[in-house]
Amino acid sequence: MTISSCMSSDHTRCDDIFARAEEACTQGDWERGAQLLGDFVTALEAHFASEEDVLFPAFETATGMRSGPTQMMREEHRQMRDLLANMNSALSQRDSANFSGGADTLLVLMQQHNMKEENILYPMCDQALGASDMASVLQQRIGTTNPA
Amino acid sequence: MHPNLSFDQAPPFSVPLRFFLLAPWFGVAAGILFALEGSDALVSRWTNAALTLTHLLTAGFMLQAMAGALFQFIPVATGANVWRPGLVASVAQPLLVAGLVLLCAGFIRHDSALFRIAVPLLVTGGGVLAAAWLLALWQTPGKGATLTALRFAVLGLVVTIGVGAALADGLARDLILPYATLTDIHMTWGLGAWALLLLAGASFYVVPMFQLTPPYPLWLTRLFAPAVLAVTLLGSLRVTLDQKPAMEFTQMLPGALLLLLAGLYAVTTLNLQSRRRRRVSDVTLQLFRYSMGAILSVVAVGGLALLPIDGSQLRLAPLFGVLVLAGVFVSAINGMLYKIVPFIIWLHLQRYGASLAQVKLVPNMGVMIPSGAMLGQARMHMSAVVLLVLAVWFPALSFVAGMVFAASCAWLGWNLIGAVRRYAGFRRRILAASLQIT
Repeated sequence: MTISSCMSSDHTRCDDIFARAEEACTQGDWERGAQLLGDFVTALEAHFASEEDVLFPAFETATGMRSGPTQMMREEHRQMRDLLANMNSALSQRDSANFSGGADTLLVLMQQHNMKEENILYPMCDQALGASDMASVLQQRIGTTNPA
Repeated sequence: MHPNLSFDQAPPFSVPLRFFLLAPWFGVAAGILFALEGSDALVSRWTNAALTLTHLLTAGFMLQAMAGALFQFIPVATGANVWRPGLVASVAQPLLVAGLVLLCAGFIRHDSALFRIAVPLLVTGGGVLAAAWLLALWQTPGKGATLTALRFAVLGLVVTIGVGAALADGLARDLILPYATLTDIHMTWGLGAWALLLLAGASFYVVPMFQLTPPYPLWLTRLFAPAVLAVTLLGSLRVTLDQKPAMEFTQMLPGALLLLLAGLYAVTTLNLQSRRRRRVSDVTLQLFRYSMGAILSVVAVGGLALLPIDGSQLRLAPLFGVLVLAGVFVSAINGMLYKIVPFIIWLHLQRYGASLAQVKLVPNMGVMIPSGAMLGQARMHMSAVVLLVLAVWFPALSFVAGMVFAASCAWLGWNLIGAVRRYAGFRRRILAASLQIT
């Protein structure tokens, strides 16, 4: 298992939960939507934490690149967290227009973020950290912090 | 390690936006011209009205929108940095617009002397853009099918402009050239290698992304760009070397293969979209599916044209033009603009809001263009394409068809302007809130 394969498959898992949450809310099933959005936040935060606490610091130490790609990825994590907070408040107010606008924005942001990680950053991580047991550490973190 | 790697999300806001805001108005001009001269334009592809219409849509609407999209798309999809995008856009856009206006004026007024001014403007404008993009696309350490498709597409643009310039220059100087042959080459490179490759290359990236579909099959994404380029090249060589009647099998083969490749891309895209994990539909998806459906119609029309039958009653040539330009490319671009413009507005407001600690005031992208306005405009566009197709057989409809197409393009332009006005409004609110705090 590589860092790329482990983290990329976690992206797909998060995407799936997102799509189900969005569909439930769009169909007016707010209770199920709230539950699924909660699952999505849990999965996403576990993914972010594995990157921000483990992968990015290790990459920065190994390459000396502290202000480049990882900083941009952290900034995009912040943007996604802001959007999720807005979506949660739209959900609690049953505001479907605001919710779907937020979901649309989050999807585009999240997907282009994933593409940059999967096409560029993760392969760089594999190159810099491939000899370590980083992939299994990440797998364990994602698995244990998020049993969903 | 990766010295030229861009992790930034976007070029300066004004770079793609200036192209996106201008593009629809070339569609308005084309619609009005079709309304006034449609019956004349549909007589043959060689009428001045038909040539003007074609260039308003290709070198106007399509090139403007595709240029804006490439400036935005290249850094995100390939990790490449375009050199000084603001400067490149500021130089290239006025040259392209002035060149196109003179080219169209030359067609309409039967004044080929105007081409002498138009050609250097278009060549310089297009050359500056292509050079900046190619430099970025060849320097990036990124890999993948989208990158290959973009590289080949921009090469396709270079050949399209080069052959087009030779044609216009030949007309201006009354040279004896094989005009019909060169026009076929110009058209095949423009529609095949440039436009189709750019559309497909972008699709490989954004279709799975926006709808959470399975990825395109690896064999298709790997083979598509080299195959389109090879077939286009083969077609040009056949057209150039073989002056015998066009019905020979070898003569028809490149055209048939290009249609087959376009059809394969459309069927694959429709299939992937039907298997999307994100079930929620939106106007971008609808327009994109409409565009893919139009490709399948083009394949049918092109297939008929390749059969050894007299197609003049079916009016296949103007039908092909209407379906390719309005049906395939304007539809796909229309849908793409409704996703990309609200998103880049949101992105820039986010940055602005974050820099002034006012992120909470940043709205989501759904606020930028009302969904009812997007849906209404998309339906009007789809109706316009149907009317334009009908006008090919019933020229009496051309006034209505042209005006509906012009109105739908104007509505698109107005929706985009509205988005920018909302952006300015939110910026003012964010600034005011930050001043109140300090």
